[in-house]
Amino acid sequence: MKCFNHSLLGIGIAAVLAAGAAHAQISDNVVKIGVLSDMSSLYTDLAGAGSVVAARMAVEDSGIEKRGYKVEIIAADHQNKPDVGSAVARQWYDVDKVDVIVDTPNSGVALAVNQITKDKGKAFLVSGAASSDLTGKACTPNTIHWTYDTWMLANGTGGAIVKTGGDTWFFLTADYAFGHALERDTEAVVLKNGGKVLGKVRAPLNTQDFSSFLLQAQASKAKIIGLANAGGDTTNSIKQAAEFGIVKGGQNLAGLLVFITDVHSLGLATAQGLIVTNTFYWDQNDQTRAFAKRFAALDKGIYPTMVHAGVYSALLHYFKAVEALKSDDGTKVIAKMKEMPTDDSLFGKGSVRVDGRKIHPAYLVEVKKPSESKGPWDYYKVRSTIPADQAFRPLADGDCPLVKK
Amino acid sequence: MTEIFGVPTQALFGQLLIGLINGSFYAMLSLGLAVIFGLLNIINFTHGAQYMMGAFCAYFLLEFAGVGYWWSLLIVPMVVGITGIVVERTMLARLYKLDHLYGLLLTFGLALILQGLFTNYYGSSGLPYRIPNELTGGIDLGFMLLPKYRAWVIVASLVVCLGTWFVIERTKLGAYLRAATENRALVQAFGVNVPRMITLTYGFGVGLAALAGVMAAPIYQVNPQMGANLIIVVFAVVVIGGMGSILGAILTGFGLGIVEGLTKVFYPEASNTVIFVIMVIVLLIKPAGLFGKER
Repeated sequence: MKCFNHSLLGIGIAAVLAAGAAHAQISDNVVKIGVLSDMSSLYTDLAGAGSVVAARMAVEDSGIEKRGYKVEIIAADHQNKPDVGSAVARQWYDVDKVDVIVDTPNSGVALAVNQITKDKGKAFLVSGAASSDLTGKACTPNTIHWTYDTWMLANGTGGAIVKTGGDTWFFLTADYAFGHALERDTEAVVLKNGGKVLGKVRAPLNTQDFSSFLLQAQASKAKIIGLANAGGDTTNSIKQAAEFGIVKGGQNLAGLLVFITDVHSLGLATAQGLIVTNTFYWDQNDQTRAFAKRFAALDKGIYPTMVHAGVYSALLHYFKAVEALKSDDGTKVIAKMKEMPTDDSLFGKGSVRVDGRKIHPAYLVEVKKPSESKGPWDYYKVRSTIPADQAFRPLADGDCPLVKK
Repeated sequence: MTEIFGVPTQALFGQLLIGLINGSFYAMLSLGLAVIFGLLNIINFTHGAQYMMGAFCAYFLLEFAGVGYWWSLLIVPMVVGITGIVVERTMLARLYKLDHLYGLLLTFGLALILQGLFTNYYGSSGLPYRIPNELTGGIDLGFMLLPKYRAWVIVASLVVCLGTWFVIERTKLGAYLRAATENRALVQAFGVNVPRMITLTYGFGVGLAALAGVMAAPIYQVNPQMGANLIIVVFAVVVIGGMGSILGAILTGFGLGIVEGLTKVFYPEASNTVIFVIMVIVLLIKPAGLFGKER
């Protein structure tokens, strides 16, 4: 028996040696990526299967496999339930040997996975979730928040609107972690710029009919109705606001988080004129256009949202760090990612701050009129660029325990 | 301005009207469910998916055949109703002798499959469907702007609901149907083709769901999940009204729409749970529902 054990050990050692000294510290010789997303409900189009496509493209474009690394991608549906998301994350880390979880729209789920990732010493690259708490009081050495956050949206869209005269607000908020964070961050911007918040109403996630809430917003006489919601909730509120003549009555909508898939779903006739903040638009330059065409061919014709672009870009940077360290140890890779400057074809040059915030420019865009659009997915015109150093919350204001005061 | 509990009365009128509009969808959907349960004893969990199919069918007709809203109101219930008839003939008919639970499981499974298929092909953001030109714009009521389309929804749904109630409770055909549920063998002995009647009833119930789907398409996005979000509420409506009671389904549908609307003003966070709270209270006090007969 003892002899048998020895021979097993021998085979094991031989296998590790055979994998090559080059990446001796890659756990089970595989860099395993788990795409945890909403695969069946309101956020499916803006993340979902498209995030898996983006992850595959990142593996391909990084060329990491050609250099002898083995990469595997698995995916799961968190159903927008923090308990389901947590169970998947634990199973992935403990049993399936997943090294990094990416995407994870829905801030409630992301905050739960954020904590689990820290406890297990793995890596978490957030693209889909928005809550700025991920790099604020809930920041960890194991999470990077890549694409956007509620502070950025609040300052981009909210700031621009207050400065052009929209100084009284009414919030229509999705009643969970994300909506609350977005409302809080936007309210701070409105107040800071001398505006007033006249009222707010919190609608349950996945509400079908917003007319009752819209009437309350109308009665408030606020100039701006801030939609602190996302996905299907946003499209339904915009569509129904048009029906009730809200914009014709002199009030304006501020879609605080609107994805290009939402605009596609609403149609330009309904969505025109909306002001939106994004960190990625497919029609920016030749490289982003080429990426979008490839992506759309693989994802049922859907053009990439900023969430998809973020998954792609975050993984490219992750692979660079893994190769530099020759290790996929979560804590070490995240530290390395913060140390190395970022550079890719979608977000350009940037960096990752000590609190886990990825820094890049943001774009204030306006949805085109139907007459201005050349065809499907030609939806935005860029009004202004918010430079990288102003797009995100200053490091000192986030209350992140990792930041030395 | 006068106020009730801190809410101006004018705003309250607006909210009551909105509640009535949502209630008309609840009424139309729960009516179909009540007809199917009352006459077939099937708890039709596919109802939400069939409502969604109605909306999609209207979208397809417009996109690929150029058929507008008004024709869709006629064609879609028939098309989706026929798919219902196929389901009834090939699957449900085999389950009548078994417990209710089997029908429930089958229809629930079908609903999940249909929603999954539509989500897979059409995504989750939904597809746009425009309000027909004749009904765009609104009527200024003083206390609110009532979109013409929503006014139409209330009227159409009232007509459909009352028409159905009339046919079942006041005509000879309705009498046959009701008799067949009481004693199938006896009615068959009089020469009435009961299985065919039951098949057509299921088709009609499904057609009602599809009609509600067409009417919902211009208000909500045409979305694979639209039925899943609604069906649970509608079931609560049917349970509160009394399983199988047609008048109960209609009245409870409108009534709960209003209650939900008011909750959205006074305590919005609870607006998607208030109906279930009422359901629990009703079941404790009157287990057969407000209008149901205890058997």
